[in-house]
Amino acid sequence: MTSRQAYAPSLRLENVTVIRGNRLVFNNLNLSVAAGELLWVRGANGCGKSTLFRVIAGLLGAFTGKVHADGKLALADENLALDPNLTVGAALHFWAQMDGATLADCDAALAAMDLLSLADIPVRYLSTGQRKRAAIARVLASGSAIWLLDEPYNGLDSASSAHLDKAILSHIAKGGIVLLAAHQSPSINVSDSLILDAKGRSV
Amino acid sequence: MNSFARLVMREIRLAWTGGGLWLPVIFYLAVATLYPFVTGPDKVLLAKTGGGILWIAALLSTLLPIERLILPDRQAGVLDQLAIRGWSDELVAAVKITGQLVAFAIPLLLASIIASALIGLPEEKLMTLLLGLAVALPALSGLSVTISALTAGLNGASALGGLLLIPLAIPILIFGAGTLSDVPGNAMQLLAATSIAIAALSPFAAGAALRAGRV
Repeated sequence: MTSRQAYAPSLRLENVTVIRGNRLVFNNLNLSVAAGELLWVRGANGCGKSTLFRVIAGLLGAFTGKVHADGKLALADENLALDPNLTVGAALHFWAQMDGATLADCDAALAAMDLLSLADIPVRYLSTGQRKRAAIARVLASGSAIWLLDEPYNGLDSASSAHLDKAILSHIAKGGIVLLAAHQSPSINVSDSLILDAKGRSV
Repeated sequence: MNSFARLVMREIRLAWTGGGLWLPVIFYLAVATLYPFVTGPDKVLLAKTGGGILWIAALLSTLLPIERLILPDRQAGVLDQLAIRGWSDELVAAVKITGQLVAFAIPLLLASIIASALIGLPEEKLMTLLLGLAVALPALSGLSVTISALTAGLNGASALGGLLLIPLAIPILIFGAGTLSDVPGNAMQLLAATSIAIAALSPFAAGAALRAGRV
């Protein structure tokens, strides 16, 4: 998992402006996250947290500005990206293979999110919380240095949230970067927080 | 197995397990079964026109899986995950085209043997039909993935896909049916040239459509 990181990752946004349709989502957003940091991205519904993650991940282009991501990125958002007809283990293994990870990495990710007992269950039978845990396990198994977790606590019970907290703490302790979009304050200490408002500004 | 092959294998698995393969083949065979009921038991007429009908059926059968080629992966976030991993949209489109081609080609060619028997196509025309379809299938796969990428998520995607695909496939249909005529001329060469051109351009067109559809 994170032990495959070979160097200290970093993430920097320089004067990033994003316009979607007629709406200015961000205006000259600057951001810098160093290795071993956890950034909490917060703001009201529709303020652009998910858009920010998609811009960082390169899925959406910025109108102006640049995103410098030094390290492999992984995104867990509302889309599971696991084949519903495969078992949880097989679906995760598919992405692990795409990431050059091993079966052991995959099993470690499943264990970290307490999914080993569900490894032989088809993905389509998972509950909302279990699906969220599987998506996070996909991120863990990827061996990526920079994690973009969009509302990862939604649908998780307290035990699952604790598993996620532990995985995040382990990742940043190993020098990884975590960006966490969440409405509520995470129970773990954050290095910094970015508050986005509805007028395209960071507060 | 490298990542490209792994993704192609995934496409084949999805085609075989998702119903997107058997439906087109059954449709193709259904046309071949029904056509003699329309024309009557005139063997000469069936032999003369049956090949053209099979070409039309092959073209239309490629339309049937259009809604499952791109949309499920877009909705599930699979396309986003591939993009994050550095896969260009054009390469993803090439994977989809290759997967569709491999999954669809063998069943369609096998179905063509049965369909030819149902229609009473002469043996020499059967071989030409099989060769022509084999040559045209890369283009038909390319077109179906491109149209699927263009219409993914739109209301009435199937109907719109038909409207878009049919005019684009007319050259394939003309040259394909031409190979079965009594005076085929250079129809097979023209079919091959058209198929190569469409198959080569399709990943770029489909890739652009995938990119434009990302929100």
